[in-house]
Amino acid sequence: MALIRPALIWAVLALALAVPLAAAASSPLLAWRDPIYIVAGFAGIIALCLLLLQPLLASGALPGLSARRSRRLHRWSGLGVLTAVVVHVVGLWITSPPDVVDALLFISPTPFSAWGVIAMWAAFAAGLLAALRRKWRIRPILWRNIHVSLAVVVVIGTVIHAILIEGAMETWSKLALCGLVVIATVKLLKDLRGRTARTRSQRSRT
Amino acid sequence: MGNFHMTNRLMTRRRTLVAGGATMATAMSGLLVPALAQGVAPTTSMRGGSNNYLPDAPIVERIGNGGFWMTGTVRRAGDGAPLPGQRIQIWAHTTEGHERDPHSHGATLTDAEGVFRLEMPQIVPAFGQPHGHLAYDSEEFETVFLRPVMGSASDTSLEAHFVLQPV
Repeated sequence: MALIRPALIWAVLALALAVPLAAAASSPLLAWRDPIYIVAGFAGIIALCLLLLQPLLASGALPGLSARRSRRLHRWSGLGVLTAVVVHVVGLWITSPPDVVDALLFISPTPFSAWGVIAMWAAFAAGLLAALRRKWRIRPILWRNIHVSLAVVVVIGTVIHAILIEGAMETWSKLALCGLVVIATVKLLKDLRGRTARTRSQRSRT
Repeated sequence: MGNFHMTNRLMTRRRTLVAGGATMATAMSGLLVPALAQGVAPTTSMRGGSNNYLPDAPIVERIGNGGFWMTGTVRRAGDGAPLPGQRIQIWAHTTEGHERDPHSHGATLTDAEGVFRLEMPQIVPAFGQPHGHLAYDSEEFETVFLRPVMGSASDTSLEAHFVLQPV
């Protein structure tokens, strides 16, 4: 019984990531796209997948991982998000420069572009802040609040961006993945609130 | 002329009423035309309409192997008169190529009624939306770039309409 729960959690997580990726890989649209465009699209999908891992790793919700290991993986996964975003944008820029320039300047005709660009800047800021945390000796609670706030912007922006796009992702698996990303993020926020409240009550007791 | 007078004389009362009504309607519309004429505003370019534009696309029978129809009309701003012989350039991401590929581009001319129809390969969603690009970019009128979006990716036609402002 003690083993079933962790196995179930990992199985659900693996399915939640594998199904949308497999569905997108079998999209008929890929037949009419150059390799660089396909890579750019999948970089976006991978970034969305990593956004499901990020809150789970940050809160240590995944069974079998120590808190330390979980955080380490969160850092690597975060680096993965940033890399995927760069590949996504550069790949799309190579495919169609004016469309990407329009998106970056917030003058694109497609409403999803602005959400993607907002999520991109929030992700860069969250990553930069994580890199400078020690150097700038940012207070832990302050650092966490800013980092989490930026992460929420990344999640909201990315989910709206993904849902509004008519692309390689299959609709239902995309909606399911986006739903899980939102649920995992909301759960993390709740856990953090609980943790902050506990820390405060402990402090006031001592 | 003689015939016309004959039929006039032979008109029944009912027909007179109908004819009178028609005349009234004609007179009314005659009055309305100048008012409407000022209302035919020129089409403004759409956001992103000129993306991946390659000027001077050749006039072609059809783009690639066809199977999809891009249609529309070209009229003059002000009086709304149809404009024949106007060159409309068309390009899109299709089953046969990316927007940037020269072979994805082609042009056609409007007929006597200002209508254009160009067969092209099936448009497929690219950059998040199934859409096409059209341009009027010649000397007589102001340049206009359009970027219509298909209601569904399975549509096999798309239309766009131009109202052009004389230069």
